[in-house]
Amino acid sequence: MTAAMAAPAASAHASAAAKLVIEHMSYRYFLEREESEFLAFSDVSLSVNDGEFVAIVGPSGCGKTTLLNVIAGLLPYDEGTMTIGGLPVQGPGINRSMVFQNASLLPWRTVFDNVRYGMEMQRRFEPALMTSRAEEMIRLVGLAGFEKRYPSELSGGMQQRANLARALATDPEVLLMDEPFAALDAQTREFMQAELLKIWSKSKKTVVFITHQIDEAVFLADRVVVMGTRPGRIKKEFPIAFERPRSLSLKRDPKFLATCDDVWRLIEQEAERINVLRAAE
Amino acid sequence: MNEQIQPSALSVTRPANKVRRRIFVQKHEAVIYGTVSIICFLALWELAWQLRLISPLFFSGPSAIVVQFWELLVHGNLLRDAAYSGKNFLIGFVLALVTGVPLGILLGWYKRLNLLFDPLINALYAMPRIALYPLIIIWFGIASGSKIFIVFLSAMLPILVNTVAGVRNIDPDLLKAARAFCAQDRQIFATVALPYSVPFILTGVRQGVAHGLIGVIIGELFAGSEGIGYMISYAGQMFQTDTLLVGVVVVMIAGMMLTALGERVRRHFQRWRPDHVGGR
Repeated sequence: MTAAMAAPAASAHASAAAKLVIEHMSYRYFLEREESEFLAFSDVSLSVNDGEFVAIVGPSGCGKTTLLNVIAGLLPYDEGTMTIGGLPVQGPGINRSMVFQNASLLPWRTVFDNVRYGMEMQRRFEPALMTSRAEEMIRLVGLAGFEKRYPSELSGGMQQRANLARALATDPEVLLMDEPFAALDAQTREFMQAELLKIWSKSKKTVVFITHQIDEAVFLADRVVVMGTRPGRIKKEFPIAFERPRSLSLKRDPKFLATCDDVWRLIEQEAERINVLRAAE
Repeated sequence: MNEQIQPSALSVTRPANKVRRRIFVQKHEAVIYGTVSIICFLALWELAWQLRLISPLFFSGPSAIVVQFWELLVHGNLLRDAAYSGKNFLIGFVLALVTGVPLGILLGWYKRLNLLFDPLINALYAMPRIALYPLIIIWFGIASGSKIFIVFLSAMLPILVNTVAGVRNIDPDLLKAARAFCAQDRQIFATVALPYSVPFILTGVRQGVAHGLIGVIIGELFAGSEGIGYMISYAGQMFQTDTLLVGVVVVMIAGMMLTALGERVRRHFQRWRPDHVGGR
């Protein structure tokens, strides 16, 4: 399992249906306090097909969130290339929307106005369209009846629904999700995973989903990409062939558990390698 | 069964009244204690005044102040003086608000701009602006101009400094979300920076009101022939302690009313906060 293996695998995916294509991308950041440069991830190549759900898992510090921020255009990359629908991408754009780990809703706006917010910022929707789309998305994520609530009056799961509705409302080509359920309790997280699949099957968006939870990744995705650390890079990709629609009972299926185990072993190896590295230092 | 229910029903209603009374007391605790303390204070003061323990040369009594207040209101210049001071305060304060808030947002946002102006603002903020008043008279004369300017200068700095602090405290997650949705700086100012800074701005406004009132009164004490400050100063020279204290009370009441108004505005803007339930 080396980083070199990932590159040809990605190229094979780069077919006509490829929506998001990243090739040989590296990201360095400079830590002022330590006055030195770090490599967050190196030589990442990834291709996501139109309508595909890709989950990226990896141990903490593998640069998966940084990678998502780069895809979102929140961090500038200077090595490698990235295209969406064949067009090169640098900086934030209307073809991507992000669902954040913290709901990041404006506390002084109601649910309705928060769902409108992304569309307002993009300045390309008529006011009437913004209203109708916001209403539609609120229904889609199951928040109907809560339009006038403030975020502080919602549970964590409902806040994440609003976060998702805001991202979907802008009708992006690629939906980026940064551990959106990490802060929820175990039960709510399970329900939200099932909900997300339902919503996704209706909207048919291309999704890049970051998580550190292996079962979450395997349950949701068409393909699980495992990242390694030091430096962050893609170690292996697992195609997930379970039939859709998937229900939560899939999580008790032996085949499901076996797939999770495969992914887990790879991450475990990675963790051991890091421990050896640390001990050597 | 009926016999058992009735006594218990009675015993429920009686404590219910007690409970209601207790809730009333708890709810209005602040008002009740506050009123009692003010009434006691005024009663003791009036008693001392009626017993002639207080010389009218040095101080006055509540009843005398009320009588003089009425006298000045009906036959004197109280209304004219109050209007003059009020107008100067209002113009200066509005100018402070419309320059302090946008300037504060800009300085809070652009790091280099802040680095450039920070020493200057710190120096101005730390110094008693009122010390500049003689200079301001040289610039604007002794009429309204100098009073408006001293109110502006006094109120603007606390508003500015607090707005800067508000913008610098913005939740980075909200900025990240705005940026991810392609927000321009102008949009981020309006939808994130300004609303986020409101509690800070209102803290600045509160300090600004206090500083502005000091500015307008001291300005009139210094120079001019109109306004509450002038009235206080003139009454002092004439040993009219009751008139002097009418002026002080008027300023005090104005300050309290403006503070209460500020509190109303703060509640309005913070109705989304979890600790504020209902509209009271």
